[in-house]
Amino acid sequence: MTTIVRTYLARLLPQLIALAAVLAAISMTFSGFLNLEIQNGRLYGSLIDILNRGAPVVLLAIGMTVVIATKGIDLSVGAVMAICGAVAASFITSGHSLAETLLVTLAVGILCGIWNGILVAILDIQPIIATLVLMVAGRGIAQLITEGAILTFNEPGLIFIGSGSFAGLPMPVIVWLVFGILVALLVRRTALGMLIEAIGVNRQASTLSGVFTPVLLVAAYVLSGLCAAIAGIIAAADIRGADANNAGLWLELDAILAVVVGGTSLLGGRFSIAASVFGAIIIQAINTGILLSGFPPEFNLIIKAAIIVFILVLQSPRFRTAFAFLTIPGRAAKPTEREAK
Amino acid sequence: MKQKYLPLTATIFIFVLSYALCAAQYPNILSTRVIGNLLTDNAFLGIAAVGMTFVILSGGIDLSIGSVIAFTGVFLAVVLEHTSMHPLVAFALVLMITTLFGALMGAIIHYLEMPAFIVTLAGMFLARGMAFVLSIDSIPIKHPFYATLKGLYYKLPGGGRITLIGGLMLLVFAIGILLAHRTRFGTNVYALGGGTATAKLMGVPVASTTVSIYALSGLLAGLSGIVFSLYTSAGYSLAAVGVELDAITAVVIGGTLLTGGSGFVAGTLVGIFIQGLIQTYITFDGSLSSWWTKILIGALLFAFILLQKGIIHLSRDNRKRA
Repeated sequence: MTTIVRTYLARLLPQLIALAAVLAAISMTFSGFLNLEIQNGRLYGSLIDILNRGAPVVLLAIGMTVVIATKGIDLSVGAVMAICGAVAASFITSGHSLAETLLVTLAVGILCGIWNGILVAILDIQPIIATLVLMVAGRGIAQLITEGAILTFNEPGLIFIGSGSFAGLPMPVIVWLVFGILVALLVRRTALGMLIEAIGVNRQASTLSGVFTPVLLVAAYVLSGLCAAIAGIIAAADIRGADANNAGLWLELDAILAVVVGGTSLLGGRFSIAASVFGAIIIQAINTGILLSGFPPEFNLIIKAAIIVFILVLQSPRFRTAFAFLTIPGRAAKPTEREAK
Repeated sequence: MKQKYLPLTATIFIFVLSYALCAAQYPNILSTRVIGNLLTDNAFLGIAAVGMTFVILSGGIDLSIGSVIAFTGVFLAVVLEHTSMHPLVAFALVLMITTLFGALMGAIIHYLEMPAFIVTLAGMFLARGMAFVLSIDSIPIKHPFYATLKGLYYKLPGGGRITLIGGLMLLVFAIGILLAHRTRFGTNVYALGGGTATAKLMGVPVASTTVSIYALSGLLAGLSGIVFSLYTSAGYSLAAVGVELDAITAVVIGGTLLTGGSGFVAGTLVGIFIQGLIQTYITFDGSLSSWWTKILIGALLFAFILLQKGIIHLSRDNRKRA
């Protein structure tokens, strides 16, 4: 048992150190950053705010991790968020109950995932391009549903998902915590995770060795669509309206960045959902930190670019060979990700 | 007919057919004024799409061009406002910056062996961030030289105008076609798209070709930014968001294979025209909402991807039989 804990810690160590460094840097420039207080039975503070604001990206990153592990990518998640937000708003305003609205919205997200999955798995189209179709058309579809306006709603149940709280934590945090744990258990307590990694490493070889790749690939994109649907509901509930133009805009890039920060290789294979969640929180902490510490928010993008370049250099095969002599000899015997391929 | 011409033929056929349908409904669409506007309105997108065609032909992708266009616009606006530099000098300077920027991305892609997708994503953030740092406001460009450039046009019979930027786009396409089909660089690009390993074995200088492809894309994105700043007479750091997607769409609709190695620069021009035509039709109609543009372009994109898949499938069958 302790070895399992230790391997998990070793996997998450870089992300945890990065997160701690970011939080320490912010709390040095902004005193009172780490303060937490309870008001009306609910936790308040900048840390909770980071977890709350980061909810959509965390959710998208969970689905994106699994898709990237299959050596794919899902560019459509932002557009799917917009579609699902629009569907939720139009259903709730036309008098349907909360349960019906949620079910239909999640079904729409799953449908979008099936569409992407069929393009990738059955028609064998490159994932970037296959999901580009929905990314381009999706926002148009969302605008078609909202008829070009921002659909607002006042249904207390739906609003609760965006801004309510449960057990002292904001609802969005509860949603992504529960969903993330469920997905992680599903892929790690069964063989699913390993099969997904096998597809990412070599799709042809895994098909030949009996893995039913088309179904698993479609399932990965369905999961991503489902995550986007939940993120879309949260984003819409947060502003009490569906904004087809701006909901989830460019969040697909943030989600991909979160997965990359989490250390999952874009070339497919090994993945860690927990690490991606930490990646998303690191990004959100940096965003909040820049806002709090009085830096102009314009620096946000440059810092993101710098992070990507830094991680790219670390992940680069050439860099690894060049610095192989720096690694501890005892650990070098352990097969690394690259060698496993 | 040779199979490699099939996607291009389909694109041209669809364009002619849809143009005829539009013209049947609104005869005015045939006027040279509409054609001139079609060129002017899509000039910046067309120029950027030529660079994108080369990148995609080589099997890569460049997500940074929209941000580079915005950066170029803001850079020009800031420089022309705060210094007495002549616009032509500023143009040369900004083209140098964007070319170096592209070359740097190409070098990272080649030497660090990282996917083009994520490297150019970083480039996209960086260029947009630099534009934000220069200025977050929309800065008007009031230099008299801009007015002179905007006043240059060639008058077509029927009152249509080919403006300087519209003509520039056609010129860039002409040079792009020559570069792709009549030079060693072009052949190298196609070879690289067919597979890096094979290209290397054939003696293609992979490193210098990769760097040049992204440098070319950066140069053309810079030129597109100059055209965009002429078109809007302003520099704004939030401008040209998503242009990279429009450019990729134009390249795919133009019949270039996304896996690289097959396609034509001329096809991209037709792809740009098809996108422009959809927008023109929606303007003419007046009752259709602008979001139909996105849905139609998405549908076209899907249709062309399916067509390409079908062709690849057929050619594989043929090879098996042979």
